[in-house]
Amino acid sequence: MALAAVAQGDPVLRLSGITKRFGALVANDSISFDLARGEVMALLGENGAGKTTLMNILFGHYSADSGEVEVFGHPLPPGQPGAALRAGVGMVHQHFTLADNMSVLDNILLGTEPFWKLGIGRAAARARVAALAQDFGLWVDPDAVVAGLSVGERQRVEILKALYRDAKILILDEPTAVLTPQETDALFVTLRRAVALGLSVIFISHKLHEVMAISARVLVLRHGRLVGTVATAETDRHRLAEMMVGAEITPPAPSRATPGAPLLVLDRVSTAPQGQRPGLREVSLSLRAGQITGLAGVSGNGQGALADLLSGLVSPRQGRFEIAGQEVAQWSPRAAIAAQIGRIPEDRHRTGTIADFTLTENAILETYGNRPHSRDGWMNWRAAQRWTENLIALYDVRCPGPGTRIRLLSGGNMQKLILGRVLEEAPKVILANQPVRGLDIGAVTYVQNQLLAARDAGAAVLLISEDLDEILTLSDVIHVISEGRLSPGFPRGTMKPADLGQWMAGQGFDHAA
Amino acid sequence: MRLEAIASPTLVRSLGLPALALVATFVVGGLLAMLAGADPLATFGLIVKGAAGSRFALLETLNRATPLIFTGLAVAVAFRARLWNIGAEAQLYAGALITVLIGTRLALPGPVLIPLMGLGALLAGGVVLLGPVLLKTRLGVDEVVTTLLFNFIMLLLISLLLEGPMKDPLGMGWPKSEAIPRDARLPRIVDGLRLHWGFGLALLSAVAIWVIQTRTTLGYEIRAVGLNAEAARFAGVPVGAVMVKTALLSGGLAALAGYSEVAGLKGNLTLDLSPGFGYTGIVVAMLALLHPLGVVVSALFVAGIFVGADGMSRAAEVPTYIADILLACALLFMVLAILLTKFRVLRG
Repeated sequence: MALAAVAQGDPVLRLSGITKRFGALVANDSISFDLARGEVMALLGENGAGKTTLMNILFGHYSADSGEVEVFGHPLPPGQPGAALRAGVGMVHQHFTLADNMSVLDNILLGTEPFWKLGIGRAAARARVAALAQDFGLWVDPDAVVAGLSVGERQRVEILKALYRDAKILILDEPTAVLTPQETDALFVTLRRAVALGLSVIFISHKLHEVMAISARVLVLRHGRLVGTVATAETDRHRLAEMMVGAEITPPAPSRATPGAPLLVLDRVSTAPQGQRPGLREVSLSLRAGQITGLAGVSGNGQGALADLLSGLVSPRQGRFEIAGQEVAQWSPRAAIAAQIGRIPEDRHRTGTIADFTLTENAILETYGNRPHSRDGWMNWRAAQRWTENLIALYDVRCPGPGTRIRLLSGGNMQKLILGRVLEEAPKVILANQPVRGLDIGAVTYVQNQLLAARDAGAAVLLISEDLDEILTLSDVIHVISEGRLSPGFPRGTMKPADLGQWMAGQGFDHAA
Repeated sequence: MRLEAIASPTLVRSLGLPALALVATFVVGGLLAMLAGADPLATFGLIVKGAAGSRFALLETLNRATPLIFTGLAVAVAFRARLWNIGAEAQLYAGALITVLIGTRLALPGPVLIPLMGLGALLAGGVVLLGPVLLKTRLGVDEVVTTLLFNFIMLLLISLLLEGPMKDPLGMGWPKSEAIPRDARLPRIVDGLRLHWGFGLALLSAVAIWVIQTRTTLGYEIRAVGLNAEAARFAGVPVGAVMVKTALLSGGLAALAGYSEVAGLKGNLTLDLSPGFGYTGIVVAMLALLHPLGVVVSALFVAGIFVGADGMSRAAEVPTYIADILLACALLFMVLAILLTKFRVLRG
């Protein structure tokens, strides 16, 4: 094995002067670093800082405009993922690349062994997988079908796949984003074993406590530049956060709310179920001005139905639905916009924006029919562009310009544009469905502060999130949703996470109703 | 092999590759001409001469391009909204049918009939496409199937009418309709030359569609629905209404091809009015990258190849089928070239 040739601490991977441009955007600006044998190095940076681009270059998915990648002292030919694999670089992507209908063993062998060899030598392969699972603490049944595995188990299969291919350098892209706290701990145990056995790990994340817990060294990227390399032992979360964002960070500290009149009222409203997802079951809810109402719950318990109802995509089947004291008659997305409901959708890529539209075209998506964007059916592109330039400046959207296609933007910048589009219309009610999911600290703080500012300006905010911490920090009143039923509202500070967890598991609804 | 997106392709790439596609087309065509025992360069020379070598040839090409511009626009407009209208042939015949019905059954003066027939055709084509589109928006029926099948339904209906109630009593038994009166024909653009105002109307339509797509809210809505219907619906774009408007526009444009062929060229309705103009419209639109002004250029190109190949096969002993092959190659190479302007191919 090539491992023997390299002593502990020697560089196994060296990037020198990597530069990659996408149009006018410099995604990576002459980045150089070494990775030592037996080291966990964290790559930290906001969304759009260039982490994923850098790893894609290392792995041969992109070819760099300039610079060189060396693995075990040999330069990698650019733009060939096969070469990186053969040299011993394995990558576990954020989105798994497994065939759902095949077994764990088949998934590991697929693309690893030649096609004609898949049938033979299975016993040997199985033994090897079992040995690897044993060594690294990656227990998973080799005959289980992937479709039936949990997210944590699937990630183990991905890591096993890389190890089976003799990876000595493991790259994990946001590996904990989909894991429960227990699964994260198990992953860290595996990674510690891996480095003890001489592997090297690049751990990409923007979760600071995890970076502090697992890494020996932290590389911080900002705007495509390497802004610093620090030993984890010599730094702390606060300093890392500052390096990452380039400014002091203050987490949102909501002041006391001064709730006003109810702006949107649901009185025993039910909606039809949508396929597998439950509809609402006799939900009563009152969104008051100047107050953030948090909706907690396990994913898929009717959050989608409530969001669709407020967005105008779904009409109530039963019950009374009032906005500003008026019962709603004709309900549609357009009616929701007309009723001054600002909607931040859950999926910004599929629902919130049109990927191949420019920023300008996306910015006017809800208001293209109004002046100044159009008049009597004729577009006024110059006015639309001016308006977008204003949004870009006000909401700090980092982009080459309003004519850029929005697909080239990072998730955080996309979300800032959506936020701007919504808030600039001065909505009375704001539906924020998972507004910070997948965003980095800088963007999270920004979005949350904007929602708080909107609350203080008198908007009624409904915050839907699967992150209980976020709900507890921001909400003035918390409801829990379970199987389409809504709990009573609990004022800030009256419920502990464990109590809410009981409601989330469906307990308490019977005697409350 | 993998593809990597190119953020902003260079001018050399975005112009050079399509040019290369044309060269490749003619290389394949040349090889086939050699196979037929002819000199490839002479064959292409004859095609060019046949398409544009004389005033007569040129006018013939423009005449042939006219219905192709209409059907090409019809397809381009629909495909932009991801409305897969494969039924331009049916809409063309619907337009021709209404043109003949209005022209022969209403005893009105010519200057009144000419715009009336056009409006009738426009509406008829839109209505023919409306059925499949409502089935799509209301029930989720795939419009590729329904619009395609409508082509056959429409041809059989026309056949029924031409053998029955609409049969020309003086037609010596041929299945053809009566002709519309002389003064209801589209006038010639230049006296004595065979080019009629249908061509002018086609050019005007191309410009109008271009303006609609780039300058109006409807054009913006059509593009939004085509690129991401879910996001468009969420943002309050009335997706169903946009689909219906697109259908009326697309079907109407295809029907104008039938109107222009009857009122400008043939005078009556027969079952061979269109040698597949509706289907060729798909090729025209794809070659033009769905750009309305590009449709004019690609329609001229396609018509030129057909007309030129006719002339060539009379002079050299190469079958006219070479026109079909050239067109097919042009389409395939062009699609490939378009892919390569947007993506870089990486090995491994």
